[in-house]
Amino acid sequence: MSGTFVGMPAFPKAAHEAVYNQTLRGNLRHATHTIRAKRAKAVAEVSDWAELREAGKQIKDHTLRHLDRYLVQLEESVTAAGGIVHWAADADEANRIVTDLVKMTGETEVVKVKSMATQEIGLNEALEAEGIHAYETDLAELIVQLGKDRPSHILVPAIHRNRGEIREIFAREMSEWGRPAPEGLTDTPAELAEAARLHLREKFLRAKVGISGANFMVADTGTMVVVESEGNGRMCLTLPETLISVVGIEKIVPTWQDLEVFLQTLPRSSTAERMNPYTSMWTGTTDGDGPSTFHLVLLDNGRTDTLADEVGRQALRCIRCSACLNVCPVYERAGGHAYGSVYPGPIGAILSPQLRGTASEIDASLPYASSLCGACYEVCPVAIDIPEVLVHLRERVVEGGAVTRDGNKVVLKPAKGHAAERAAMRAARWAFKHPGALRTGQRLASRSRRFHPRSLPGPGAAWSATRDLPTVPSEPFRDWWQRTHGGKDTGK
Amino acid sequence: MRVALFLTCVNDTLYPETGRAVVKLLTRLGVDVDFPMGQTCCGQAHYNTGYRHEAEPLARHFSDVFGEYEAIVTPSGSCGAMVRELYPRMGERARAEGRSDTLARTLAPVVPKTYELTEFLVDVLGVTDVGAYYPHTVTYHPTCHGLRSLGLGDRPRRLLQAVKGLELRELPGADECCGFGGTFAVKNSDVSAAMGADKVRNAASTGADALCAADNSCLMHIGGTMARLRTEMRPVHIAEILASTEEEPLT
Repeated sequence: MSGTFVGMPAFPKAAHEAVYNQTLRGNLRHATHTIRAKRAKAVAEVSDWAELREAGKQIKDHTLRHLDRYLVQLEESVTAAGGIVHWAADADEANRIVTDLVKMTGETEVVKVKSMATQEIGLNEALEAEGIHAYETDLAELIVQLGKDRPSHILVPAIHRNRGEIREIFAREMSEWGRPAPEGLTDTPAELAEAARLHLREKFLRAKVGISGANFMVADTGTMVVVESEGNGRMCLTLPETLISVVGIEKIVPTWQDLEVFLQTLPRSSTAERMNPYTSMWTGTTDGDGPSTFHLVLLDNGRTDTLADEVGRQALRCIRCSACLNVCPVYERAGGHAYGSVYPGPIGAILSPQLRGTASEIDASLPYASSLCGACYEVCPVAIDIPEVLVHLRERVVEGGAVTRDGNKVVLKPAKGHAAERAAMRAARWAFKHPGALRTGQRLASRSRRFHPRSLPGPGAAWSATRDLPTVPSEPFRDWWQRTHGGKDTGK
Repeated sequence: MRVALFLTCVNDTLYPETGRAVVKLLTRLGVDVDFPMGQTCCGQAHYNTGYRHEAEPLARHFSDVFGEYEAIVTPSGSCGAMVRELYPRMGERARAEGRSDTLARTLAPVVPKTYELTEFLVDVLGVTDVGAYYPHTVTYHPTCHGLRSLGLGDRPRRLLQAVKGLELRELPGADECCGFGGTFAVKNSDVSAAMGADKVRNAASTGADALCAADNSCLMHIGGTMARLRTEMRPVHIAEILASTEEEPLT
């Protein structure tokens, strides 16, 4: 994965600042609650939602199980339709392939369709290093790029910004990148959209190379599918002479018919729309219509390793709808940047530590960035049991064990920094296996209760900083029961 | 029917009044309730923090202690979910790791007969009016594992609506997590506290006297936050409301 996020602090530290940033909290609360309510309404009006969800899950699981076969089929279909297929094992290889392809055209500018995969590999930075300027054309990605910012949401990358901040960024930065913002720009949505339209139109008409990702790839026809709401993506996909698409290998569906499920569940889950506004599909190249050269870069970058894990592989079903972000109480308060990845929120918390491994501080902390409330699983249109995978990854962090990295089986050591917790968990397990020890501890706590402090030392201070401690009762329940009901203390 | 009270280690140690309320309530409804003294902890905190292998002996212990009862009743949505949802998963994982199906077979009998309190009342005993009296305004917070893992649905609310004297007020954002989350409360204390403060703010906006839930772990977090924010509202476990009668009101 990209070097953009290397050196990110652990999640709790990154979240600390966000929690106390009142503007950010307000922006996120407003945005997530609005989209959350709209999604709930859009989903509720579909009578067979549960069946669609199950079908989506099964199509994805089937495809992943036979990914080797479908990938080869896709390569054959795309090639037969006039496209050129490249295989990239990791981010560096993908960046090298794309950079070389752009250089071969002699161009120094590219327009980009909003794409998670190219952000994951840090493509813009790699292109810039070779003197190639990449222009983001999705409205929110434009805001992020102009603001020298990072995306904080899968679908709404500038969700952390309000209109006033966006106006400020446009007025200040657009002239650096091309056509300046109109004089006297206000923060009304229509004026902001018009400023972006004028700025981007210049780029669309000039660009000879477009770069995209894809939401789906149909194996039997080699058709690529991009789902977007603005039409800016369609401009990039149709106007340039050369189109390069970088797509994760898990984005395959076997046939066109499988799309019927996802083209229903994706718009309703993501933007709460009944039907997606701009669905662009293309199959290789067509004379006199659209780009004359099409390259497909198939990206692994940790996906095969993830597929090897029986519990964790379900994360590869993800269709990037971001419903889990919008409903997550932790995301709402910590914001997307705290997740240290282009994939924030609950799905990011299970995807990043699998794609990148759990070696870094941020990746080892992500599985804990959840209260396990289960709201994410409830809304997921492909039924990814995110809490199950989070707990599984916690186990990987504290216990270590066998995982697949770069195609090889390796045995991870337990993460450092969990030694005291591990000892406490073992001690608790011992006490709970010996009811007599538990009872002795309870009685001791009850008898000493007059001397209990009002705040705790060590890790417990994190509790008592904002919450009063419960008062320990004069006797535990079991003593009352024994006194009143004469329960036999078998100590079993 | 021999019914065992699985009180949970948190309630046993910190909230014995909830245990006494369950005993009083079930006895009033004619249930012969026992408290097996060998019970300790279901292993939920171990499991959810990533220590599944430490949780396994505790699950086996649970099965030893409760296996012979016809029904196991617990006043905790999350501990109930641990047994019902996660014990089978622990068994499957052990099998997948090639450690035979002994664990799965040991745990299987306790899974279907473990009930969260409101489920037991509504589904097994078939009652919604338990003859309770509680002359206060109450708002109800459905805790996450009760809501999503066990699917308690409207059972707790139906029970509360039948309580004499009780006025139930809608809690804004009721389905949102309170921010407890076990070790999450300490590991991500800033986010946890922010979630707790929002929950308390929503609860206070109802003007109710008490916030009711069916899980004392969440109430420990919400109540601790209420006390710190000096909110004029008290946390109360649903068992204590349902146990309260005109003759013996909850004090």
